Amino acid sequence: MTEEKPTRVLIAKPGLDGHDRGAKVVALGLRDAGFEVIYTGIRQTPEMIVHAAVQEDVDVMGLSCLSGAHKTLFPKVVELLRQSGRQDVLVIGGGIIPEDDVPLLMERGVQAIFPSGTLISRIADYIRDKVQR
Amino acid sequence: MKRRQSATQLAERMLAGDSLALPRLISLVEGESAAVAEIMRRIAPHTGRAYCVGVTGPPGAGKSTVVDKLTVLMRQRGLSVGIVAVDPSSPFTGGALLGDRIRMQQHYLDPGVFIRSMATRGSHGGLPGTVQGVIKLLDASGRDVILVETVGVGQTELDVVNTADVVIVVVTPESGDAVQAMKAGLFEIADIFAINKADREGAQRMKAELEAILAMKPGESIAVVLTEAHRGVGIEELYQELERYRRAQEENGELERRRRHRRREEFLELLQRRIRRRFLDFADKDGQLKALTEQVVAGELDPYSACARVLGDRHWLDKWLSQEGPALSEAEG
Ligand SMILES: Nc1nc2c(ncn2[C@@H]2O[C@H](COP(=O)(O)OP(=O)(O)O)[C@@H](O)[C@H]2O)c(=O)[nH]1
Ligand SMILES: [Mg+2]
Repeated sequence: MTEEKPTRVLIAKPGLDGHDRGAKVVALGLRDAGFEVIYTGIRQTPEMIVHAAVQEDVDVMGLSCLSGAHKTLFPKVVELLRQSGRQDVLVIGGGIIPEDDVPLLMERGVQAIFPSGTLISRIADYIRDKVQR
Repeated sequence: MKRRQSATQLAERMLAGDSLALPRLISLVEGESAAVAEIMRRIAPHTGRAYCVGVTGPPGAGKSTVVDKLTVLMRQRGLSVGIVAVDPSSPFTGGALLGDRIRMQQHYLDPGVFIRSMATRGSHGGLPGTVQGVIKLLDASGRDVILVETVGVGQTELDVVNTADVVIVVVTPESGDAVQAMKAGLFEIADIFAINKADREGAQRMKAELEAILAMKPGESIAVVLTEAHRGVGIEELYQELERYRRAQEENGELERRRRHRRREEFLELLQRRIRRRFLDFADKDGQLKALTEQVVAGELDPYSACARVLGDRHWLDKWLSQEGPALSEAEG
């Protein structure tokens, strides 16, 4: 078959804030861009997110955080993915992330940060570009 | 890098309990990789133990919530659970939003529960043929019970019958009256009805209506259970009905009959898919066939005569079967 395997993306919201409008908009946008998006809901611990990512065999993990706890939560997810043998998952982040925090997150293994308001098409292009097999 | 391991190695690792191997194998099966035959051959001796429960019904009826709550009861009884939650892919973009896990968060960290979301992909709204393979993987990995959630719209409902040992149909009082359910063909596939959202108006009336219609079906006893899945109400009763159904099925041989039917269907379906794919490849390349097709397209030859010409020509069929490319027996999906 010529048909390609669709890229699987997990959209997760680590941390305690209960607002997932932004994450849902991204999830819907990526679906419309042709991705298989697994949405896991709010208030997830990094452990829960990584378990889901492993079971769902995703290619990409999109983390959204509005609470300000991204500096600990995002790197924790990256670390747990590595411990689970899934360091190959492309981890990207979004939400309310101050520019000053970006270098630290990148250093800790987050591959890209898309602040609130980023065009979904940009995120979709980025993923397509990175997940070429 | 992640796909490079041989399928046999992966299967060995899965059978040895490696938690990364199962998800990868599922992806291979789902993607109809060329390795599927090898995987299935390797795991076949380890399948046939799990009991497979289909849960279907209209969107929003509460299927995922029911699955979540049934899983709690099964875990309390020490059963390991596999969940396959199928949602439709967009026929236009191929994308899908798979959100059933949202209702199942309490099980994420439980190693006794494995959850996998699947999109229907190219199956034209039906249940993908690959679900059967995914169920076998979960079965071989040692799950006692496998719950398969599918959205009951159109074709998927019928497909679920060929997939599960028992089918629970989840409806709600607002999904209309019992006659509506009858029109939708739900009576043909339901082994057990759950009227969920029983906290809403009309649940009792719907139960009475369903039971009245079911009473007219001779020889079958189909239970109707009222549930409020979000609060866990009625789930124990639903579970009891499942148990009762399974016992009866095992005693009267219905379970084996159903599985025999399923094996036959699966085999014939697979054969058809492969012959079809092989033929389409051939039709793409063969000059003689292309010329004939053009005659039909131009309206110079009717399709029936053209078809008879192809199938009546042994030489042509030989050419098809001996064409280059992967052997028919090993071709993908
Ligand atoms: N009022 C009420 N809401 C319920 C009940 N069961 C589930 N829900 C809610 O119905 C919505 C859809 O449930 P979900 O399980 O996702 O439905 P599915 O699309 O059939 O899988 C969710 O918001 C649930 O919390 C119920 O018994 N009563
Ligand atoms: Mg659901």
